[in-house]
Amino acid sequence: MNTKKTVLILLLSALVVAALLSPFASSSPDGLERVAEDQGFLDKGDEQVLSSPIPDYLFPGIQNEKAATSAAGVIGTMLTFGAVYVLGRIVTVRKAKAETKLQSTSK
Amino acid sequence: MHIPDGFLDAKTWVATTVVGAGALSYSLKKVREEFNERLIPVMGVLAAFIFAAQMINFPIAGGTSGHLLGATLATVLLGPWCSGLIISTVLIIQCLFFNDGGLTALGANILNMAFIGSLVAYGVYKLVSGKSRFEQAAIFLAAWSSVIAAALVATVELALSGTVPFHVALAAMLSWHFLIGIGEGLITVVVVSYVRGVGLKPTWQQKKA
Repeated sequence: MNTKKTVLILLLSALVVAALLSPFASSSPDGLERVAEDQGFLDKGDEQVLSSPIPDYLFPGIQNEKAATSAAGVIGTMLTFGAVYVLGRIVTVRKAKAETKLQSTSK
Repeated sequence: MHIPDGFLDAKTWVATTVVGAGALSYSLKKVREEFNERLIPVMGVLAAFIFAAQMINFPIAGGTSGHLLGATLATVLLGPWCSGLIISTVLIIQCLFFNDGGLTALGANILNMAFIGSLVAYGVYKLVSGKSRFEQAAIFLAAWSSVIAAALVATVELALSGTVPFHVALAAMLSWHFLIGIGEGLITVVVVSYVRGVGLKPTWQQKKA
């Protein structure tokens, strides 16, 4: 099986997980939140420095919470794929340039 | 395990930001050295998969949940530095777009989950996986250890910040993450075999061998 097909299958799997499973995730506090709650320092985390466009994985403007989570999941998954893809391109372009430079100086 | 703003004091978040940024730039250098252009979409898709999987909080016990870290998943498939880079990207996106993990704690989160997670996973995996019949046990143990290690470092950072005394937080953090680590191990074993099953080969291992 070629890499392209593999990547496509995995991207689709990621989107399925983000779109269809994320609305059913547990809403209980995670390990750190739970410890913060039990030890009484959870309220220290209330002061946030940055406001995010999609806070708490709920896409704004969608009334249905499950649909809002699903939309946030799909957007985040695509965004992550895109970010790493662009980062990888930048790294390779730089590497290619560096190699060309090296070849031309060695002549 | 994403630390929000306010849990770390100024000296701790500044220090972890510096170390986190250093680890990130070193990983960029390492990945660039070993770069294979064909790996770009593979890196992208693994990052996307880890983002999606991190949204699926699974219940563990007593009204607490855990979610995948993914450091072992990425490390077993692409090596620790590439994994560090991928998980960092996931954490940056979670912080900037979804308010998951504070901006001041981003360096600490990158350090704990992306780099400590991946390097510990790599060490344990290398140590145990010598014989092929231990492969799945190695993946499970690496995944469990990566979660415990990240939780331990987070506890140190919270204690250094004066947020909670070390001895008070230690037992609580380790006991919850002991269970979360089991979830991490099981998911990682299943996903690694799925990813290999659809045809992805661990290129970095072939090259080294």
